[in-house]
Amino acid sequence: MHMADALLSPAVGGAMWTVTAGLAAYSAKKVQKNLDEKKVPLMGVLGAFIFAAQMINFSIPATGSSGHLGGGMILAILLGPWAAFLTIASVLTVQALFFADGGLLALGCNIFNLGFFPCFIAYPLIYRQIIGPEPSRRRLFLAITAASVIGLQLGAFGVVLETFFSGLSELPVTAFLLLMQPIHLAIGLVEGLVTTAVILFVWRERPEILRTQPLGKLALKPILVSFLAITLVTAGGLSWFASNNPDGLEWSIAAITGPEELKGQSGLHDFFAVLQKKTAVFPDYTLAKADASTEEEVTGKKSTAWPGIDSGTSAAGIAGSILTLLLAGLIGKGLQATLSTKH
Amino acid sequence: MFNFESRWLELRRLDELAAGDTKIHRLNPCIKIMTTAIFLIVVASFSKYEVSRLLPLFFYPVVLMNLAAVPFSIIAKRVLIALPFVVFIGIFNPLLDHTPSLQLGPLLVTNGWISFISILLRFILAISAALILVATTGMDAICSALLKMHIPRVFVIQLMFLYRYLYVLLEELFRTLTAYSLRSLRGNGLRYQVWGSLLGQLLLRTIDRAQKIYQAMLCRGFDGEIRLLRYHRLTKKDIAYVVGWSVFFLTARMVNIPQWLGALLVGRH
Amino acid sequence: MSHHIIEIKDLEYTYPDQTKAVKGLSLRILHGESVAIVGANGAGKSTLLSHLIGVLIPSAGTVRIGDYPLNKETLTHIRRSVGMVFQNPDDQLFMPTVFDDVAFGPLNMGLPPKETEERVMAALTTVGAVHLKDRPPYKLSGGQKRSVAIASVLSMLPDILVMDEPSDGLDPYCRRQLINLLKTFQHTKIIATHDLDLVVDLCERTVVLADGKIIADGPTLQIFTDDALLQTSHLERPLRMQGCPICNPKAD
Repeated sequence: MHMADALLSPAVGGAMWTVTAGLAAYSAKKVQKNLDEKKVPLMGVLGAFIFAAQMINFSIPATGSSGHLGGGMILAILLGPWAAFLTIASVLTVQALFFADGGLLALGCNIFNLGFFPCFIAYPLIYRQIIGPEPSRRRLFLAITAASVIGLQLGAFGVVLETFFSGLSELPVTAFLLLMQPIHLAIGLVEGLVTTAVILFVWRERPEILRTQPLGKLALKPILVSFLAITLVTAGGLSWFASNNPDGLEWSIAAITGPEELKGQSGLHDFFAVLQKKTAVFPDYTLAKADASTEEEVTGKKSTAWPGIDSGTSAAGIAGSILTLLLAGLIGKGLQATLSTKH
Repeated sequence: MFNFESRWLELRRLDELAAGDTKIHRLNPCIKIMTTAIFLIVVASFSKYEVSRLLPLFFYPVVLMNLAAVPFSIIAKRVLIALPFVVFIGIFNPLLDHTPSLQLGPLLVTNGWISFISILLRFILAISAALILVATTGMDAICSALLKMHIPRVFVIQLMFLYRYLYVLLEELFRTLTAYSLRSLRGNGLRYQVWGSLLGQLLLRTIDRAQKIYQAMLCRGFDGEIRLLRYHRLTKKDIAYVVGWSVFFLTARMVNIPQWLGALLVGRH
Repeated sequence: MSHHIIEIKDLEYTYPDQTKAVKGLSLRILHGESVAIVGANGAGKSTLLSHLIGVLIPSAGTVRIGDYPLNKETLTHIRRSVGMVFQNPDDQLFMPTVFDDVAFGPLNMGLPPKETEERVMAALTTVGAVHLKDRPPYKLSGGQKRSVAIASVLSMLPDILVMDEPSDGLDPYCRRQLINLLKTFQHTKIIATHDLDLVVDLCERTVVLADGKIIADGPTLQIFTDDALLQTSHLERPLRMQGCPICNPKAD
């Protein structure tokens, strides 16, 4: 699902635009440097293909429901991560302009959610690792499905965080995650299956197209290094934040409407509050200071919701990649709080 | 599968509207993009519980729709189609936030409902702004503007190719799907046995086409750089347009225009 | 300047999948000649044409265009004097507007904006498509696309025009327009086609290909009255030379 303008604050939107623009500029440089400018017609035409393919309903056997193709993985496999990122960005741009899918302010978020995660995380870290040097039918199936599922899970998580930090929705993070992640698990599986079917067909007919591009160890290192650095800074920053302030959502409500409001909640809100405490996905935002029992609770809960992922590293990794988002969120909250005191 | 057709028709419709020739169409595309951006940022910058202050901003899409002859139906259609997701998320606001806000006679309106309505208003404003931009500017002009604004060439030129071949591919896909549905007796969704070969063949044809295009480019002297002839005119009208609207947006942001108008009407209360 | 004589000697070409498409072919075409290349599907027509513009490089033998032998270094020069119109205009019109497509070649040649514009307008006027200059290609009809594709090649002022199935898919009126247009061109024309009636109208010389080799090369009307030859090469007489169905109905 796309992030929408209606749920976005300018700070979060602006931050994500900055990140996306930076990524796009870097990708463009990479494509040019690799003398892949002759890839430009191929990129454009493949982008059109993905756009068209997204309009098809794929009926899922035995369930009577249907799914769609996202296209990120196919593009990454055919074009390599840099060109694929730019191509997905352009598909999303056309969709944002013509169908207002998401919106123009949220386009930065959407390109990040649906482009960065498949191309720069799922493709190199999952697909390439599983595929190894010699692809086989089985490996292709596993690699593509795993990469699609994980890419989409991360993308969905991105939407949740962006919505949360924009502060326009009352939905608590836990509840939102419980809504988004399972749905995107299903979508991810469908996308994985469709992508596998297509790639297997191409592999059978014209395997030379799938000859894997040299990723180059050097290309990957900068991403991983900055990832880790951001993670450390964020983890530290978060724990500082958590120690000084109560839970973010309550803090914002308190700031806007006064502390009495917290008592006036009933029914649904209580339910979610209890749920949040129990699942404690982000207990007081502290990842670093989590004590053993909460850690287990987190790990335990997480592993049922996100099968097959080592929850410890993924939480850190994801949180790390959105440092700008957090800083922007703090500024945004500050702005909103200041402005609404005039209310 | 045949919502495919309706999306495609919308695409063509917007494209046709973009080829129109009104005062708005003739404005510099960079200016229009800038104005849209300012509008979107201002709309997003309103705090959570703003409703009345958002209302004057509807002036922007309404005025443009009229000046540029963009029919309301196209925007309404898109709003309705995209509504479910926003409602799906937004409806939790009134469900979770019960803090009372105002009393309208016997009706108690909570903050939750106010923030929900605020979300809906932003939603409509954002969609209108995006569609009006495309309907008055068109993909080609937008791409030229992006190049002028120093968006990386590789991205923009690839975007141009995408758009150029979009219709070709949509037609090809449509023909393939029609042929499929004529021979499949189980309805419109694609059965999983054919996913691979149907899409796969389309993909291979697409790749072959890209190769032919590349050869055609080489035959006309392509050396790696795609050159375009574009003329950009910036007139006083353009500057006045963006400045005028920006002043209005910022005023709406700072001053509660409806309240002010109300006070004027009723006398200072 | 050797007046853009095209000289092909013992040309051989094998595709990467080991198909031998051209098996020893020699041909000489003089400046200003109008030559048709005909033959069955798979006889090697497109392969031959692709060599004339350097899309393919010979596996064996030589191709010489005017002063330049065909090899990687001379491609730029050759492509300035040879203009090729592809079978599918959608592959050839890849820019956002008609103007852009016709301007593509001149801009690549390094012409400044003013000269480029002049060339574009001249080319579009020649094919009668000036009113289409701001249209995106997908909004053009088949005949219009064909005209614009020709214009996109003309704007580079080539001396030699190579065309692959130019009348393919055109309605009779557009086809007639195309033939009339091509009649006015002074360029050397090399046309690969199944449309034998077009050949009668435009080309005084015809080359017949079969199985990668030239089996006949001579005046058009002579070739088209040789029924034995036509049969072996999967051809028939041009329709207008087959007798009127009303006056002389064929007994089946």
